[in-house]
Amino acid sequence: MSRLVVPTEARKERRGGFLHRTWAMLVKEFIQLKRDRVSFGMIVVMPLMQLLLFGYAINTTPRNLPTAILLQESSDLGRSILAAMENTKYFKVTHIARSEEEIDRLLASGKVLFAVEIPANFERAVRRGDKPALLVIADATDPVAAGSALSALTPLVQKALAHDDAVMPGETVLPFEIRTHARYNPAGATQLNIVPGLVGTILTMTMLIFTALSVTREIERGTMESLLAMPITPIEIMLGKIAPYILVGFVQAALIIGIGLLLFGVPVFGSLFLLALLSTLFIATNLSIGYTFSTVAQNQLQAIQMSFMFFLPNILLSGFMFPFAGMPTWAQWIGEALPLTHYLRIVRAIMLKGSTLGDLQTDTLALAGLMLVAMAIAISRFRRTLD
Amino acid sequence: MNARAADIAIDVHGLTKSFDGRTVVRDLSMQVKRGTIYGFLGPNGSGKTTTIRMLCGLLTPDSGSGTCLGYDIRTEQDKIKRHVGYMTQRFSLYQDLSVRENLEFVARLFSIEHPARAAREAAQRLGLAEREDQLAGELSGGWKQRLALGACTLPGPQLLLLDEPTAGVDPKARREFWNEIHALAADGLTVLVSTHYMDEAERCHEIAYIAYGELLTHGTVEEVVEGSHLTTYVVSTENGEGLAPLAEELTGLRGVDMVAPFGASLHVSARDADKLDKAIAPYRKKKGLEWRRSEPSLEDVFIDLMGRAKDNFK
Repeated sequence: MSRLVVPTEARKERRGGFLHRTWAMLVKEFIQLKRDRVSFGMIVVMPLMQLLLFGYAINTTPRNLPTAILLQESSDLGRSILAAMENTKYFKVTHIARSEEEIDRLLASGKVLFAVEIPANFERAVRRGDKPALLVIADATDPVAAGSALSALTPLVQKALAHDDAVMPGETVLPFEIRTHARYNPAGATQLNIVPGLVGTILTMTMLIFTALSVTREIERGTMESLLAMPITPIEIMLGKIAPYILVGFVQAALIIGIGLLLFGVPVFGSLFLLALLSTLFIATNLSIGYTFSTVAQNQLQAIQMSFMFFLPNILLSGFMFPFAGMPTWAQWIGEALPLTHYLRIVRAIMLKGSTLGDLQTDTLALAGLMLVAMAIAISRFRRTLD
Repeated sequence: MNARAADIAIDVHGLTKSFDGRTVVRDLSMQVKRGTIYGFLGPNGSGKTTTIRMLCGLLTPDSGSGTCLGYDIRTEQDKIKRHVGYMTQRFSLYQDLSVRENLEFVARLFSIEHPARAAREAAQRLGLAEREDQLAGELSGGWKQRLALGACTLPGPQLLLLDEPTAGVDPKARREFWNEIHALAADGLTVLVSTHYMDEAERCHEIAYIAYGELLTHGTVEEVVEGSHLTTYVVSTENGEGLAPLAEELTGLRGVDMVAPFGASLHVSARDADKLDKAIAPYRKKKGLEWRRSEPSLEDVFIDLMGRAKDNFK
């Protein structure tokens, strides 16, 4: 029989108890930190991710903004002006429109941020010295993206055409007027951009956290074992856990939009029903993603950390803080894979432009796709047994 | 369901399960008749919980097969879950829901008609009616266990799997709990209950002892004690003085397999009666010691089994 050895008298205490006890705590913390892989990863990944995104992806003076042109006449002058605009690097002609309606549609769907219209008889009017107007329409829902390009427009075009004798024979002032039109947000109020954006970011954050904790909490508290021993399927568990938060998200969205309207005068031009419908889709997408994290994470802390790591690129690469069009292509591709990117386009378009479902079908389909992918991963990750 | 399955609730053969290369349950076979209370005994980490989880479909065995209520434990887990009530070792209902809310949740999961009424009835049956609105997390240990039992009997299962249901529960609550289990068995329910307590083992119709993942013995309590072929003497001193040094002396003797203190006396046991008699002969004449031949207790039997299993295991 073995026996426990119990010291019969208290062991002698070392001097400097304060230091020893603090040291004991410190050693324990390091050991625990070492075991916690996700926390350890976060210490390294978070600064790297921020550094790379801010360093390479984010650009507050965007270039190559998608632009549509509408040529009401075909003239050398028109082509020269367009070439000059493209030379500024701010604009990139991606669409050639045939009518003003098409221009409206392109702007409403967010496919282009600018439209340039050269009116009929433009060249003749210039030659006659009538100073005709060249119309530049900007989608000003994002004043940052539109603003720098617009303010640079006149001087840059003037500079580019200075050596073109066909346009400016010996003159230093442009023989035509560039009339800019900041559509949807003529005053360039940032609230008009921020408030709809906040709907998206706040929903992303809260919805992720709510569901990211849902499965890990059951596992941590031991209730999962009971649950699995009862006749309920993973899909039933998932839908049952997601559904209540759709309502929560709805209340949040209504709150932000309502306050935006009352305090900041941010209007809702489009259909409220469509906004509600697509917001529901967005909420469900985020809930599914959070739920997926929940099936992967080992504990609640990891679930929170994962949500946070997902939230960060959502904020930086979706077009919420920085203009989407200003990012390099690779960053735009990452952005396209984030639900917030699509929802921001949707919510800004419906609220500020009055866009319809037809204008927004690409983003709607993208959201639905992301949701289904997340749900499929969650279901396949969910363990029906404790194996 | 064949005729055999009609009177046998659990019938499994050669169940083996390992985690990360460590075998937790090895080649385990057992049969439990319907309507019996089957005690599942064994030390911590012996594989009791793992076995129970394999029976109710929460774990898939690495090898072996069998049926639970006539349903295949590998392929028909969904059906097993409908008819088996599983009470986990750790309280696994929602601490932040009230007693009634927990019971209603279970009732709804099992698609029971009128879940509110079913929950109220279950609460009344268990004497929880006055605590219906109390949060489960605020209940004392005994009441929590009662609620857990209520939750797993509410859907009307045919088999109850109780994993150490009385751990950390006071004796009075323990006794009431066992009365409840006997009442359920009298109604035709089969109960498999794992426990550490020997007095609980004696309240079972049949018991099985598992250690190091292997089923070492099974049968009625009498059968198990008899089957152990253990000879036991009880030796006592006046006022229990000098027992500790005596125990130490006896432990070292050839022919003595086990010495265990029981209050003011020692249980001295061995598998070989002759050798034991020879070993203790000098001590039997000592003054102040009183020797008495006795039946080995269930605990003696289990400690002995465990010791032998450990030898085999090594």
